[in-house]
Amino acid sequence: MGEVIVITSGKGGVGKTTTTANLGTGIALQGKKVVLIDTDIGLRNLDVVMGLENRIVYDLVDVIEGSCRLKQALIKDKRFDGLFLLPAPQTRDKNSVAPHQMVSLCEELKKEYDYIIVDCPAGIEQGFKNAIAGADRAFVITTPEVSAVRDADRIIGLLEANEIRDPQLIVNRVRADMVKRGDMMSIEDIIDILAIGLIGVVPDDENIIISTNRGEPAVNDNKSTAGQAYRNITKRIIGEEVPFINLNGSDGLLAKMKKLFGIKPA
Amino acid sequence: MIDLFKFLKKKDSSKDVAKERLKLVLIHDRSNVSPQFLEMVKSEIIRVIQNYMEIDEETLDIQLTKTNSDDGERIVPALVANIPIKGMKNAGR
Repeated sequence: MGEVIVITSGKGGVGKTTTTANLGTGIALQGKKVVLIDTDIGLRNLDVVMGLENRIVYDLVDVIEGSCRLKQALIKDKRFDGLFLLPAPQTRDKNSVAPHQMVSLCEELKKEYDYIIVDCPAGIEQGFKNAIAGADRAFVITTPEVSAVRDADRIIGLLEANEIRDPQLIVNRVRADMVKRGDMMSIEDIIDILAIGLIGVVPDDENIIISTNRGEPAVNDNKSTAGQAYRNITKRIIGEEVPFINLNGSDGLLAKMKKLFGIKPA
Repeated sequence: MIDLFKFLKKKDSSKDVAKERLKLVLIHDRSNVSPQFLEMVKSEIIRVIQNYMEIDEETLDIQLTKTNSDDGERIVPALVANIPIKGMKNAGR
């Protein structure tokens, strides 16, 4: 029986789609079967971030309305074994899907896949309600900015109200240099405010833009620091214990020595 | 040693400002308090207090804010009312 994870944030532009693409790819690289569902009806983007935009025939609403079989709508990613995408329609209304339909879809997918990752639209309206409907687990994405943290807090409240317990936090686009000089909230500051568990910290990394340009998730790029962070989160999802990358900009002497000699931090 | 660095550091780093502002705004968000709600509380308080004293309604200030808890370990939300008294009414004596 698979597990459904919803990736949500409240605020737009903090990295939900990028995170969905990278975690999905990362889990597939670990040898699991994964389906990514884009629930952002009318503003789909997971397809371009994944580089699968030219292969869409059917979409989420076609499946829900029964215009096609589930198998027909799932796009198989030829680069990564066991990775599939269910795209959102671009020309439909977001009310074409109801929460109970998402629940049955997720139940169906759980029978055959190990992980179902749902990319949630920004906002707290119908699209959000649909995205979280079938979720067993939720990841809340934020960046170290007041607007994103505030919205994350609201989302955490709504998830709990919908009985999705213990959402876990991903802090995206962290800049160690700014944290060090006190111009960016640290991970501890954000956890202190939001009071939820942490599953990952992703550094600000220009490789994300480069990999998105190409439609190739950074998690598969060994030189990308964000990719490394996503690989770590992937391992935590499947149950491994991985220490967090230190992005506080306050490395101990040992870590500095290690850096000097090119030993990668854990 | 650590204190020395603290002393050298700029007084209010922007992240501390961010954190303070966030904490305050989240108290409002979490408690679902609308301005209308506060207005209702305000008019009720005025009505009750006016039975006993003359107050300055113009400069009366009431807001939801935060304060240290009694044990001093946590920060808790608090309703703070600043009500200038002009004089006592007979009933209050």
